Amino acid sequence: MIRETRNSINDIWGERTPYMAGAVWPARVDERTTEDPERWVRGTCVLCSNGCALDIGVKAGKIVGVRGLATDVTNHGRLGPKGLHGWEANNSPDRLTRPLIRRDGRLQEATWDEAMELIVQKSKEIIARQTSLGIGFYTSGQLFLEEYYTLGVLGKAGLGTPHMDGNTRLCTATAAAALKVSFGSDGQPGSVRDLDLTDTVLHVGHNVASQQTVLWSRILDRLAAPNPPKLIVIDPRRTFTAEHATVHLTPRVGTNVAVMNGLLHLIIQAGRTDPAFLEAHTVGYENLKKVVEKYTPEYVESLSGVPADDLRAAGEILANTRTLVSTVLQGVYQSMQATAAAVQVNNLHLIRGLIGQPGSGILQMNGQPSAQNTRESGADGDLPGFRNWDNPEHIRELAELWNVPVDQIPHWSPPTHAMQIWRYCEQGSIRMLWIHATNPAVSMPELHRVRGILQKEELFVVVQDAFLTETARLADVVLPAAIWGEKTGTLTNISRTVHISCKAVEPPGEARSDLDIFLDYARRMDFRDQDGQPLIKWNDAEGAFEAWKACSRGRPCDYTGLSYQKLLAGSGVSWPVNAEHPDGTERLYADGVFPTHADYTESYGHDLDTGAGVSAEQYRAADPGGRAIIKAAEHQEPHEVPDDDYPLWLTTGRQVYHFHTRTKTGWSRALNDAAPDAFVQLSPEDAEHHGLQNGDWVLVESRRGVVIERAMIGNIEPGLVFIPFHYGSWDDPSRPRAANELTLTEWDPVSKQPHFKYAAVRISRYDAGEVAAQAGGAVGRALAVVERLTGGRGTPELTTSPPPQPKTTSRVDG
Amino acid sequence: MHVGNYLGLLHGSETQLIRALAQVAEQHGDEPDVYQICQLMISWSQKHLERLAPLVSRYQETRSPEPDALETARFHGPRSGSLALMRDLHDLWMLTNEVHLCWVVLEQAARALRDETLKQVCLECDAETQRQTAFLLTRIKQAAPQTLVVGEP
Repeated sequence: MIRETRNSINDIWGERTPYMAGAVWPARVDERTTEDPERWVRGTCVLCSNGCALDIGVKAGKIVGVRGLATDVTNHGRLGPKGLHGWEANNSPDRLTRPLIRRDGRLQEATWDEAMELIVQKSKEIIARQTSLGIGFYTSGQLFLEEYYTLGVLGKAGLGTPHMDGNTRLCTATAAAALKVSFGSDGQPGSVRDLDLTDTVLHVGHNVASQQTVLWSRILDRLAAPNPPKLIVIDPRRTFTAEHATVHLTPRVGTNVAVMNGLLHLIIQAGRTDPAFLEAHTVGYENLKKVVEKYTPEYVESLSGVPADDLRAAGEILANTRTLVSTVLQGVYQSMQATAAAVQVNNLHLIRGLIGQPGSGILQMNGQPSAQNTRESGADGDLPGFRNWDNPEHIRELAELWNVPVDQIPHWSPPTHAMQIWRYCEQGSIRMLWIHATNPAVSMPELHRVRGILQKEELFVVVQDAFLTETARLADVVLPAAIWGEKTGTLTNISRTVHISCKAVEPPGEARSDLDIFLDYARRMDFRDQDGQPLIKWNDAEGAFEAWKACSRGRPCDYTGLSYQKLLAGSGVSWPVNAEHPDGTERLYADGVFPTHADYTESYGHDLDTGAGVSAEQYRAADPGGRAIIKAAEHQEPHEVPDDDYPLWLTTGRQVYHFHTRTKTGWSRALNDAAPDAFVQLSPEDAEHHGLQNGDWVLVESRRGVVIERAMIGNIEPGLVFIPFHYGSWDDPSRPRAANELTLTEWDPVSKQPHFKYAAVRISRYDAGEVAAQAGGAVGRALAVVERLTGGRGTPELTTSPPPQPKTTSRVDG
Repeated sequence: MHVGNYLGLLHGSETQLIRALAQVAEQHGDEPDVYQICQLMISWSQKHLERLAPLVSRYQETRSPEPDALETARFHGPRSGSLALMRDLHDLWMLTNEVHLCWVVLEQAARALRDETLKQVCLECDAETQRQTAFLLTRIKQAAPQTLVVGEP
């Protein structure tokens, strides 16, 4: 029997349960089951970074629904539409169930032995010819901590390759970078509980209402009670979040540093800094003061288009609020001067001394459920336990822990970042690329290049996933992976809270967990330590967790006080959890001491404009020794700006009903029907200029590619167009529609996160006949893309009937 | 008095650096970072030239042939491939160091001349020149292992 506590497709955030500052957020248990479960198994939602605790309902060996966990610190029982519906993907008949090997140009079923032996043979051939520098890994923010740590050890100590990064590079690399710059180490200073206390919330480039719907419910419940917090939203679109703003600033894309400098300027002008805190706990304030001096509201308006009075209104609130929670996401992380802008949000808290105290915190957000784990366990461009690649003592600790020679661990420069890994593949110096649980053929920038790399003859591509994604279709070997609900592991959310998610059902067919695949590879490669013992000494998730605990000992992300038993007995616990903090740590830096000491810091820092590394000697010469670091930045213009040929800005982003490239959410009927297709959102002014009506087909061109989308008019500034990034070709190869056909190959110099938030484009009404007549011209590229996608020929003859109507009463562009 | 001579040397070196950065930016635009950072560094060097202009007229610049000799000796123009990127970054590093040394020499002279303006220009511009060098060194160190050990033929 179907049981549903609400229709979350229409009622995204559910009924209000108002509460005032200081009160406990009332519990509300959200549930959706399609049959009566026989049993409930503890899980954690993996469809955003909030990490809501839940129980997975199981009947006859199948997942039949989910129910929020009322006692959990993160969600108090609530679940969002993706959590309530996304589990249906587990039961999809289109799951991958057997390994596939490309033979005679076609992916064909094979045994696990055949697939794994082929991967091992290729690995050994490449190592013999060109060392392990010929092997790269592109992993995810979707696996569990135990899987990342195992992968990190086999890559760094087994193979000894520096080429390992995650799709977290596209998602939260800037969060990590900004936290390292300001505080010396990754780790969110604040807690979601600060939202229960705070007077003011600042969302910078973060549409929380759509991305973390349960976190937004918490804010909505504060807004619905007396004495609500003030809300400042910085976003160029009128999002669901912006609809509730006390002050909504709509800067031109790429001008975040200018706007943040303007806010810092106003606080300093108002004399509302905290001199005692600055003196005792920070370095670098004088330079910040000098740099932001010229960012008057009028100057900021000239750079960003934000009306001076709007900036003053926001500055007034920020200068006077007694407590402040700031959240930052992709509007900053994927835009111009990503790290520099995110750091200015940290600076805002530092100059006002609003950090480490109840009601004041910073959430440099993650996008994915276990992105924090990718970063802390060293499966991306960081070393395990937030160790510093440039500190020989930190490398020695790892070598001792793993019992391998120090020089086995690559540490001649930082681990290679994702875009650089792809560049090495393109140039041919990486010959094997192993991709896990991510879909770069839709999610990376400038897709024609990515497809070209994946299709290179000499690059051996392994894809490990649950579905035959656009990327898997181009692989040489496809490994069927078990997913959430089919394996046990832990994951850590945006406020450092660790949850466990247990195996509820068997994976379909022969699918295996990512952990089992990594362990199998390590065994077959026969990785050994210095004593001839197997390098990886664990065989299951709990064993990996225990090994990770040892690695985390004494570091900011200390897990030593945690165990599976403890996680199952209660609910989420926030690290560090150790002898000193046996029940975890709600917020960091309550004592004003930051992990910036030269011996302890995760990074010696960078030049924010160029990314040039600061040397150990330079850092030690001015060792902040526990003080936070205030770094200033001047505004820089984006690298591509609209001109006569490409007169509009493009920005890209997410929708409430989908996650990533819809690898899971596309398989839930209700989520798919709610947001069935991509679109291009444009202002009424731009629509009128081009003679476009809602639903018309629009050709959108950049210097790199083209897409064809339906027009959706409204809720966006003139001069800017928006395309959601979820839609590739797996369920609709009839036209090019992935937003990343248009985006740029460039990155933030510090975080190396690509810039998805701006590109120059032009739009026109799409006319199949006209395009066919100009097949050789610029729009001829539209034809070529479609031909590659469909394997056919011809111009897309798109339906003239009305677009599929989203089956939801909410707008889908919010 | 050879301040003018050194200002000429500096002017020529910065000009040469700008030209080389522009060439490298175009040649290695497929790298995720080279084009944009080269553009940024060009903007700094151009600003340096603007700040030099009034000093040049004050000290009656005497053009030195040195920088042109430098060009033929070191920067051989753009090449392609990962080894070429390494060699081009290597040459850019040499050019920024040439500029840096000019600032140091001129700053010393400015102190002896009690020329506060010249000293400030030298200090402020040299700080940016050193940031150029630091970026190039970071980028070279990152690229070196892959290029030398497994670079494509």
